[in-house]
Amino acid sequence: MGKTTTSAAFAAGLALRGHKTVVIDFDVGLRNLDLVMGCERRVVFDFINVINGDATLNQALIRDKRIDSLYIFPTSQTRDKEALKREGVDWVMRELRNDFEYVICDSPAGIEHGALTALYHADAAIIVTNPEVSSVRDSDRIIGILAARSRRAEKRESPVEEHLLLTRYSPERVKKGEMLSVDDVKEILSLPLLGIIPESPTVLRASNTGIPVILDAESPAGRAYEDAVARFVGEQREMRFSLPERRSFLRGWFGRAAT
Amino acid sequence: MSLFDFFFPKKPASASIAKERLQIVLAHERADRDRPDFLPRLQKELLAVVTKYVAVEEDMIRVSLGKAGNASVLEINVEVPHTAITGPARAVPA
Repeated sequence: MGKTTTSAAFAAGLALRGHKTVVIDFDVGLRNLDLVMGCERRVVFDFINVINGDATLNQALIRDKRIDSLYIFPTSQTRDKEALKREGVDWVMRELRNDFEYVICDSPAGIEHGALTALYHADAAIIVTNPEVSSVRDSDRIIGILAARSRRAEKRESPVEEHLLLTRYSPERVKKGEMLSVDDVKEILSLPLLGIIPESPTVLRASNTGIPVILDAESPAGRAYEDAVARFVGEQREMRFSLPERRSFLRGWFGRAAT
Repeated sequence: MSLFDFFFPKKPASASIAKERLQIVLAHERADRDRPDFLPRLQKELLAVVTKYVAVEEDMIRVSLGKAGNASVLEINVEVPHTAITGPARAVPA
């Protein structure tokens, strides 16, 4: 669906704006954020090492080489999914809250321990959805769990702030009636829209090379993420990429070779 | 309607089918989500009590929690087959 791509893009986007940001991988056993962020060869200690007291938090945090205020916290490759112990995670989250302006938790798929742990501490949640029936249904399920099982719900505080981010969107296919439109998804999930990320080959290029797509100045998806981050911090941005691109006569003929 | 449309009717766009199916399935799932988890247990225990007196099947008892204005309404429906009352008396376990 694009959760890790989105986490990487948001973390980089917030850090580029000068906010001290850390992005945490919660997918125990299926570590991948390190690859997407391009720091897989610099992982020494991980989340579980810190929880078990084998390493300090500072030893495990990886500083991004491109953006000063950006840190990556890798997960462990252990097969024990329950290794993220409640008290340990609580302690790590408290420490990170004190040190960082933004703590991005990259949730694994599903509704198992890892996902529940990732959403538990959330103040805000970005629901990443594809315009596809299975993805929309799963999102609805996660929205229900956020409302019932998050820390804010348990402590009866104000609810988690929810945002919808629609990824892999193809306005051309929507126009032909082949894909759920952004308005359809908004209506079904009744969430405010944070952004539309167009389907783009540059997303694969970004993960291939380990560079968050938001750092690719040429990428439409990167620009869309930049808009979404701006909206997240309260700026007004026009919603781009919701309509098919108007192709000029020349681009129609030569555009293909250029992309 | 042109002759062309008559011979080649347009299939409904698949996106609108997707939307309709999602709206239906999510309406059901959301209703289930708000159901307190004691309802299935209550239903089982009620069934145990009722079968002492009348022969009813599991699916003849329906328990649901609804809303009427400000109050919650616990609705219990027991469907009793005609034969269960007029038929020969059943041995009632003590």
